[in-house]
Amino acid sequence: MIALLSRDLALAIRAGGGFGLSLAFFLIFTTMVPFGVGPETGVLAVIAPGILWLGALLACLLSLDRIFQLDWEDGTLDLIATSPVPLEGLAAIKALAHWITTGLPLVLAAPVLGVLLNLPASGHGWLMASLALGTPALSAIGTFGAALTVGIKRGGLLLSLLVLPLYMPTLIFAALCVTRGAAGQEALTPLLLVGGITLGCLAVLPFAAAAALRVNLR
Amino acid sequence: MASIWEYANPRKFMATSAFVLPWIAGLAGVCLVVGLVWGFFFTPDDFRQGSTVKIIYIHVPSAIMAVNAWLMMLVASLIWVIRRHHVSALAAKAAAPVGMVFTLIALATGAIWGQPMWGTWWEWDPRLTSFLILFLFYLGYMALWEAIENPDSAADLTSVLCLVGSVFAVISRYALLFWNQGLHQGATLSLDREQNISNVFWYPLVISLAGFGFLFLALVLYRTQTEIRARRLKALIAQERMG
Repeated sequence: MIALLSRDLALAIRAGGGFGLSLAFFLIFTTMVPFGVGPETGVLAVIAPGILWLGALLACLLSLDRIFQLDWEDGTLDLIATSPVPLEGLAAIKALAHWITTGLPLVLAAPVLGVLLNLPASGHGWLMASLALGTPALSAIGTFGAALTVGIKRGGLLLSLLVLPLYMPTLIFAALCVTRGAAGQEALTPLLLVGGITLGCLAVLPFAAAAALRVNLR
Repeated sequence: MASIWEYANPRKFMATSAFVLPWIAGLAGVCLVVGLVWGFFFTPDDFRQGSTVKIIYIHVPSAIMAVNAWLMMLVASLIWVIRRHHVSALAAKAAAPVGMVFTLIALATGAIWGQPMWGTWWEWDPRLTSFLILFLFYLGYMALWEAIENPDSAADLTSVLCLVGSVFAVISRYALLFWNQGLHQGATLSLDREQNISNVFWYPLVISLAGFGFLFLALVLYRTQTEIRARRLKALIAQERMG
C-alpha cells in the first residue's frame, strides 16, 4: 500500500499537474474575486471565509476525475484489483494521495490568500485549522464520486453534480467556523463538527468507493 | 401465508399491479378532488393570511411525499443491494422523477405563498435550502441512471449513491439548522401534539395528503410497469438479433 502511495505521488509530481495546478487554480480563483465584487476591503473581509473555502472546494473538485481515470484506461486498476491489496485500501490510499497533492498545498497556501482577501488576523488560525480538518473529507468524498463515475466517458460534469451536494455539510460548518473565528466569536464547535464529518467520511466512504469500483470492474 | 418477496417475480408483480393500479389511481383521483375542492372552496379564509392559506393543501402533501419518495428509493435500493430483486431497483428508478416533481411543486408553491406573506420569493431558510439540496440529490441520482449503459451496474451504482446520499442529506439538514435561523414556521402536523391546526383545515388536508400518497403510489406502479416492459422489449430485440 505504501508502494501504491509513493507511485501515485510520483506520478502526480512527475507527470505534471499534481501539486502545481490545483494550487494555481486556487490562486487565480481568489485573484478573480475582487474583480467580481469590487476591491473594497470591508466587503472582501466579510466574504473572504466563504470564498476561500469555495476556492478550495473547486480546486479539489477539478482534480477528482484523474484519481481513477488514467488507471482505469490503461488497465492498471484491473491489475491492482487482482493484487492482494483490498480495494477498500486502494480507495483510502487514493484519497490520501489526492489529499497530499491538493488538500495539503491548499492548507499551506491559504493564509497567504487570506491576506490577499483581507481576512481579519483572528481568522487565519481557524482557516488553516478548518482546511486541515476539512480537506481530507473533500478528498474522501471525491474518491467515492470518482469511483462511481470511473466507467463513464466524459463523466466530469456528472461527477461534479454528484459530488457537490455531498460537499455541502463540510462547506457549511467550515465556512461558519472561519466566519466566526474572523469575527472573534466562539468557533470551536463548527470546527469540531468538521472534524466529525471528516472522521465519518474516512471511516465509511472507502468501503462505498470500493463497492462502486467492484461494480465498475465487473 | 403469501410473502412480500413473491412480488420480486416480475410476472407476479405485473399481474398484481395491473389489478390494483386502477383502484389506487381512482382512489388518488377521488381523494384529490374531494380534498382540494373542499380545501379551496369550503374552508374559511385564515384571519391573517386570507385565502393564501389554501395553498397548504398542495404545498404540505407534496413536501411530505417528496421526502417519503426518497425514503422509498432508499428502501428499494437496500432491497436491491441485499436481495437483488430487479423489480425493486426498477421501482427506485421509477420513483426518482416523481419525487423530483413533488420537490419542485413544494418549492414552487412555497415561493408563490412566500411572496405575499414573507415579502420574498426565496429565503435561505434551513427548510427551503434543504429542499433545494434534496432536489439536487434527485437530479444527480437520475443523471447517474441515465449515464450508465449496463442496467445492472446502473442499479448497483445508483443504489450506493442513494445510500451515501441519504446519510449526507440528513447531515445537511442538521448542518443547515446550525447555519441559519429559519423563517419557515414549525411543523403543522405532528402526531405527538394535541393541538395541530384547526379541524376546519385539518380534514381536507388529511384527505389531500392521502390523495398525494395514492397518486405517488399509482405513478410509481405505472412507471415500474413501464420499466419492466421496456426491459422485456430490449430482451426481445436482442433475441431477434441473435436469431
